Amino acid sequence: MSTSHVAITGLGLATPAGLGVDSSWEGLLAGVSPASTDPNLEGLPVDISCRIPGFDATQMLGRKAARRLDPFVQYASWTARQAVTDAGLDPETWDGPRVGVVIGCGLGGTLTWETQHQRMLEQGPERVSAMLIPMLIPNMVAGQVAMDMGCTGPNLVTATACASGATAIGTARDLLRSGACDVVLAGGTEAGLTPLSITGFAQMGALSTRLDEPEIASRPFDVDRDGFVAAEACGIVVLERDEDARARGAHRRAMVAGYGASADGHHITAPDPEGGGAERAIRAALADAGVGPDDVDHVNAHGTSTPLNDVSEARTLQRVCGGEFSVTSTKGVTGHSLGAAGAIEAAFSALTIQHGLVPPTANLESQDPEIGLDVVSKAPREQRVEVAMSNSFGFGGQNAVLVLTAP
Amino acid sequence: MNPIYEKVKGVLVDKFGVEESEVTPEASFEDLDLDSLDLVEFALAAEEELGVRISDEEAEQLETLSDTVKLLEEKGASA
Repeated sequence: MSTSHVAITGLGLATPAGLGVDSSWEGLLAGVSPASTDPNLEGLPVDISCRIPGFDATQMLGRKAARRLDPFVQYASWTARQAVTDAGLDPETWDGPRVGVVIGCGLGGTLTWETQHQRMLEQGPERVSAMLIPMLIPNMVAGQVAMDMGCTGPNLVTATACASGATAIGTARDLLRSGACDVVLAGGTEAGLTPLSITGFAQMGALSTRLDEPEIASRPFDVDRDGFVAAEACGIVVLERDEDARARGAHRRAMVAGYGASADGHHITAPDPEGGGAERAIRAALADAGVGPDDVDHVNAHGTSTPLNDVSEARTLQRVCGGEFSVTSTKGVTGHSLGAAGAIEAAFSALTIQHGLVPPTANLESQDPEIGLDVVSKAPREQRVEVAMSNSFGFGGQNAVLVLTAP
Repeated sequence: MNPIYEKVKGVLVDKFGVEESEVTPEASFEDLDLDSLDLVEFALAAEEELGVRISDEEAEQLETLSDTVKLLEEKGASA
């Protein structure tokens, strides 16, 4: 097993902050949440969400893909192509069996599932689509990217709930270190803004109920936060071993230097209040990257805007990372995109390193006194970031932490 | 034009996103980039539009659109 670092050589993003990498980054720096009342959730206990603006599957992917792919797969198909183009790689000429795909997803094809279930109840089982299973199974997203671009190496979907995207990038990193792959497309995708799924989160009490002011509902680390705003998104990165990236003269945006994973072993949905699992994942990721807790310059926090997560995460960060570091939660803008979150936030961390700019945490008006972190708010902060950490914690107590460094 | 053929064409264009110009009586489902799962979907749509049921076995045997129209007519489809 090589211990060499792995470079991010391509990025693709489709987030509520914008369609594409540049518009997502600009939206993030503007620090304004696009959350709004969602007509598809009308009449439900929580009817606000953050959607990707301007995604037209028919125009962007063709009519067949629009008809036969659930949105979570459509988003990844488009975003993966963006990432490969950004990396300057050509699927026509690459060595397909050496190209892997690892994509995280929390829920799978909920739109397909819910639509077809309703159809069965209303019209009978004979009306259920033969496309139901291929459209809803979560692993189809990695399979579709393989079909689309001829990536016929290792191919899988990771499911660690809201950590899925980070788990995917960590797993992809290992496929490069082990030598199993030369290129891996890794990331996360989610399109779960469907009535039953969102109502499930609402019934748990996980979602913000600031329904009359959706644009200020996602407010990580703020004293008045009351839950997360559900989002859809997709982020895909192209990863290559650093020596390979250098050899072909690729643009290296950042390095995936460390990955740490753990389980709380505590509760189905609540984080361990002691943060033991999160701490072990953070320490493992730092050790893997070969950097100390004092070396961290910046943290892209999990920062969901739920009362429990933000305090628990802040305490853990203060305990583990001794030095001075800035913190942001980009979920203030994007909302919480579940299985995509870890991937889009790793991409945002790479962009933070690349541009020397920390995006602000939207809607942070009055920081919770229990949160003693240097949280960036209001406006982007110029900061030279050598070591960034991106935290992701999932229901089930699954934790995944990535350490990204400047190339 | 045969009204059943016109219905079939409408289903293919509206529900399957096939280009209208590609739909000809001689065209096969394969020509239209429709696979076996699409054929099952097509049979469902035909039942809704024309009121006759095409079994999975019958759907598997269908090649061209004129075959399809013939089968639908034999089954007493009315447009």
